[in-house]
Amino acid sequence: MKKVYVNEERCLGCHLCEFYCAFANSGETEMFRAFRLGRDAKPKIRVEDKINFAVQCRHCDDPLCMKNCIAGAISKVDGVVKIDREKCVGCFTCVLSCPYGCIAPDKDGHSATKCELCTQNGGSPACVQNCINGAIVYEERGEA
Amino acid sequence: MPVNYFPAEFEVLRNYDKCIQCRACERQCANEVHWYDADFGKMLSHDEKCVDCQRCVSICPTSALKIRPNENAFRKSANYTQPLMTEAYRQAGTGSVLLSSMGTPKDYPVYWDKILLNASQVTNPPIDPLREPMETRVFLGKKPTKMKFDKNGELDLSLEPSLTLNVPIMFSAMSYGSISKNAHESLARAAEELGTYYNTGEGGLHKDFYKFGANTIVQVASGRFGVHKDYLNAGAAIEIKMGQGAKPGIGGHLPGEKIKEDVAHTRMIPRGTDAISPAPHHDIYSIEDLRQLIFSVKEATEYKKPVIVKIAAVHNVAAIASGVARSGADIIAIDGFRGGTGAAPTRIRDNVGIPIELALAAVDGRLRHEGIRNEVSIVAAGSIRCSSDAVKAIALGADAVYIATPALLAMGCHLCRSCHTGKCNWGIATQNPELVKRLNPDIAYHRLVNLVTAWNHEIQEIMGGMGINSIEALRGNRLMLRGIGLTEKELQILGILHAGE
Repeated sequence: MKKVYVNEERCLGCHLCEFYCAFANSGETEMFRAFRLGRDAKPKIRVEDKINFAVQCRHCDDPLCMKNCIAGAISKVDGVVKIDREKCVGCFTCVLSCPYGCIAPDKDGHSATKCELCTQNGGSPACVQNCINGAIVYEERGEA
Repeated sequence: MPVNYFPAEFEVLRNYDKCIQCRACERQCANEVHWYDADFGKMLSHDEKCVDCQRCVSICPTSALKIRPNENAFRKSANYTQPLMTEAYRQAGTGSVLLSSMGTPKDYPVYWDKILLNASQVTNPPIDPLREPMETRVFLGKKPTKMKFDKNGELDLSLEPSLTLNVPIMFSAMSYGSISKNAHESLARAAEELGTYYNTGEGGLHKDFYKFGANTIVQVASGRFGVHKDYLNAGAAIEIKMGQGAKPGIGGHLPGEKIKEDVAHTRMIPRGTDAISPAPHHDIYSIEDLRQLIFSVKEATEYKKPVIVKIAAVHNVAAIASGVARSGADIIAIDGFRGGTGAAPTRIRDNVGIPIELALAAVDGRLRHEGIRNEVSIVAAGSIRCSSDAVKAIALGADAVYIATPALLAMGCHLCRSCHTGKCNWGIATQNPELVKRLNPDIAYHRLVNLVTAWNHEIQEIMGGMGINSIEALRGNRLMLRGIGLTEKELQILGILHAGE
């Protein structure tokens, strides 16, 4: 399936992907609204300083988060690991079990949240669309 | 210490209602203009460091930034302008020659804009390039002037070595050192895909780029950096650089800070040493000496490659070109004074040389008059800004044109004219690995291909409009040109009629 990959040698460490990600998941229509309304928009992608590598969900073949979810809120739909916020009880076992550190408590603190490849925001990942150096790509690399 | 007050050239305007403190501007500014004040929770700026490269403006996710000329200026004078005053202060402080980059910003006449093109109407109808073939392929090199037969009376079909261009546009010389490796890679890949050529400039050829040899013109300049037998043989043609439009009569100086490991290796000089190209070639003081160098490089490449001689457009350019044509060169490149540069003394760039339009017309006319126009091809360079400039250049007598500034623009250059600082925020004119990264060759090469493809479409449209279906029929076809608002003398030099005539 198509996944989000980062070409490390092209990443400039500008962190803009984080902001576009948070904006895309904020439900707001303007970026400044997402950050200026005091709602603390949170990105689901993270650029680590120095190593310039954005970490986001790998959508594992056999996701540990899904295995460990006590509420059955995590499922894999068309290869995309998703969290059902209605079912999530906010125990954050998934946050602890993700080996990549890609799941975080949501801003309300009551449920977990993670990258769902922008399937809920029109399907084309915002980080990929807005990367200023074409470093983040959404492509098929022959992995499951 | 006297007080030296320079008003900041630009002002950074930040719309605080929109700014989300993402700090992308801060991270992406090599001039360290932007900074974040944690106590106030605000982005602030050091306006005096801004060079107006527009990097921050382009990437700001909320369009919160604007750069504008600083209105706080010295008292206005049409004679002592603000740049002249600050330059005087600067020189009083440093005692140094002023440096500038890219083409002169001064308001000299642009003759391209005073020449109009013709179009067909009734008797010689226009051609639709989308429906009919339209030839833009060009061959550069000596053309046969008479038929030759061998002993058996068979026609001798052999030709002098030449270059084949699918489009009448080549990328002109920009050295590895003055521009980044990623920029070079983009140019090389674009030239390969377009079926044209890029030029190494005087900085040698990086070992990774020998594979693009079939689309490379290798340059030999006065510093002879990176010149060896394999280098000469790597390219499709060899260019001997006698002068550059932006700085005629001046050599080059690549500061030691830009001579990093790779550049040093490619140029065959020690790391960190200044790469100084002398003003003259120390072995060329006459046309005969130039002939010796031409035949030396021809000898080294077994007479298989055409030799280009690049000269700056200066006052006697027609006579110089005539000499060059007789020296054995296959192609003459003429570089006009509005052409770009990675660094040149400001006063030279802004005051020396002549416009390419006049130089080109003078050279083409002179060579025709002397009956040696077929001995050489002419390449026009030095501010060919768009496809119609290229068409006008060809109609004035050029076989093809060299472009560099438009190529840089395609790669992201915003013409801030700060190349000489080595802090190019667009990853082009820099050797700082963190900045070089910003130019993604996968994107840049594609944009270069797009640019030249678009120009070629436009050239075909314009030619079609004239009822011409081959670029060969456009070359030197000055009847397709008319001057507008030009004096009798200018029209005479350009060899064109005035509009209405």
